[in-house]
Amino acid sequence: MPEALMKLLDAKDHPLLSVEIGEVNRMRRHALDFEKPIAEVEANIASLKQITEGIGEDRTEEIRELELLLEHITREIFSNLSAWDKVQMARHELRPYTMDYVRLIFDDFVEIHEDRHFGDDPAMVGGMATLDGERVMVIGHQKGRDAKERAYRNFGSAKPEGYRKALRLAQMAEKFRRPLLCFVDTPAADCTVEAEERGISESIARNMRDFALLKIPTMSIVIGEGGSGGAVGIATTNRVAMLEHSIYSIIPPEGCAAILWRDPDRAPEAAEALKLTAEHALRFGVVDEVIEEPMGGAHRNYDETARRVKASIQRHLSELKGLSGGDLVQSRYERFRRLGEWYEEGRASIAVAGG
Amino acid sequence: MPPGGWFSRHKPESDLPEGLWSKCERCERIVFVRDLERNLKVCPHCDYHHRLTAWERIEMLTEPGSFSEWDADLRSSDPLGFPEYPEKLEKDRQKTGLTDAAVSGCGSIGAHRVSMGLTDFRFRAGAMNSVVGERLTRAVERAVDERLPVLLVSGTGGGASMYEGILSLMQMPKTSVALARHHDLGLLFISLLTDPTMAGVYASWASLGDLTLAEPGATIGFTGSRVSKQAQAHVGRRPANYQTAEFQQDRGMVDRVVPRKDLKATLEKLLDWTA
Ligand SMILES: [Zn+2]
Repeated sequence: MPEALMKLLDAKDHPLLSVEIGEVNRMRRHALDFEKPIAEVEANIASLKQITEGIGEDRTEEIRELELLLEHITREIFSNLSAWDKVQMARHELRPYTMDYVRLIFDDFVEIHEDRHFGDDPAMVGGMATLDGERVMVIGHQKGRDAKERAYRNFGSAKPEGYRKALRLAQMAEKFRRPLLCFVDTPAADCTVEAEERGISESIARNMRDFALLKIPTMSIVIGEGGSGGAVGIATTNRVAMLEHSIYSIIPPEGCAAILWRDPDRAPEAAEALKLTAEHALRFGVVDEVIEEPMGGAHRNYDETARRVKASIQRHLSELKGLSGGDLVQSRYERFRRLGEWYEEGRASIAVAGG
Repeated sequence: MPPGGWFSRHKPESDLPEGLWSKCERCERIVFVRDLERNLKVCPHCDYHHRLTAWERIEMLTEPGSFSEWDADLRSSDPLGFPEYPEKLEKDRQKTGLTDAAVSGCGSIGAHRVSMGLTDFRFRAGAMNSVVGERLTRAVERAVDERLPVLLVSGTGGGASMYEGILSLMQMPKTSVALARHHDLGLLFISLLTDPTMAGVYASWASLGDLTLAEPGATIGFTGSRVSKQAQAHVGRRPANYQTAEFQQDRGMVDRVVPRKDLKATLEKLLDWTA
């Protein structure tokens, strides 16, 4: 940690540390261990600003210094994130969720609740919207912000009715020839008895198959956790983008560690081995683009994150716009067809890797 | 069905201990190996369907000499550099004589040429990695080219293989987009679920059959309780036959539970009807 910060933090009687300021304090309360130095400096800057503006005591010089310090330590911390740090970022309690993007990117959102089979699933949201005037269909996993909403949203783990609602909306988008956008953010699909009874496996499999046949442009964006089957159930799309500090994984690292070593505490090791970061997903051809997050992560600047996600969506949709329905199905087929890595015995080179 | 000699060709690969008699894995009663093999490895006492190897299954379902294997030259490349994965693959290659967890090829069932893919539980618990996904996808693509029906036989403990991470996960959409194309052409896909069929395999190709058959007593489900806390919390609320073939038929997920002795005849009827 930089010296100036250490000095600041050591000054226990520093009057500014006790000042409470809403937003900054929220950041502090929810800060991950490795984020704590950042949250502390942010808190100090906010305090100094309040003093400057509130009681007219000019502290702008200190503010400027701290802002430089903030930039420096943020850059330093974020240039060295481990896979496990990224898992924490992807699950961050303040991270923007699907409905935040809906609010910040789209207009005229009309939420649709039905799956026509069983009931509504609050862990999967969707509806009609416009994107700078263009009519689109939006679906996505939805997590909850506080304890009550988290339970209501089932922690973003969708049930069969959620996947069936997603498919119904996807096919409605096709009927009216509107592009489909899918926001992926789930730890895993629901694995309770009731989900099993209503066919969670079939609902995910069906979505992959029927999303493959949609004659409209489709795109998914992994905004947080791309959790295994729960993620691919709405991500078999023409384009797949991923936020920089999101993860895309076959299994939660805790589960992997439990199976490999019978020790969930070795999750950080498992996270490393699973190569679940956006960088790896891009290298393997699993995603087409990694959307860079604002300094310090998506949760430090919702507006800027949403602006970047929106720009990515618009670029991909404009690239897909000229393609016929048949071409969209064909290029989607080829996109998924080439995924995987193997070699042919007797040949020297590895045959494939993403593209 | 020839009396006895069903699995003569591949005897060394058998799961059962060598010798004249063996213990049933479920009821633990003593069974003569010869009786067990004559009975298609179904326990004469308790009807337990012992797991078959991919080659035993092929021998049981296809006409003698009709099966030709595809893509036997594909090998896993350990794309993640996952700790101990190459050693584990090598061990299972030695143990089973297989090159990976799936065998694919074309064979005749009755009068019908069928494109087939089978996973073998003995090899890495039948987990779907890139090679498995690629073999199954190519089998479906050949069926598309030649307008053939597809039969896929699952027997997979862990679903998609953890050891190839995100690339294993991508075999779910990959096999599914291939089956979408096959489906879109109006061709028949029969999925046969055998013990066990779980997770990423059950949640992709294994659930996409026009017809889904299952062997009696097979474990079939989405998540085992070892993987997830949520699943563990639900252990007490499970029905007695939870995640079995019978449970899945009850809930409308499996079209028909078919005893092993009737499988070939059932498949022939279904192929006849749809041809
Ligand atoms: Zn028995």
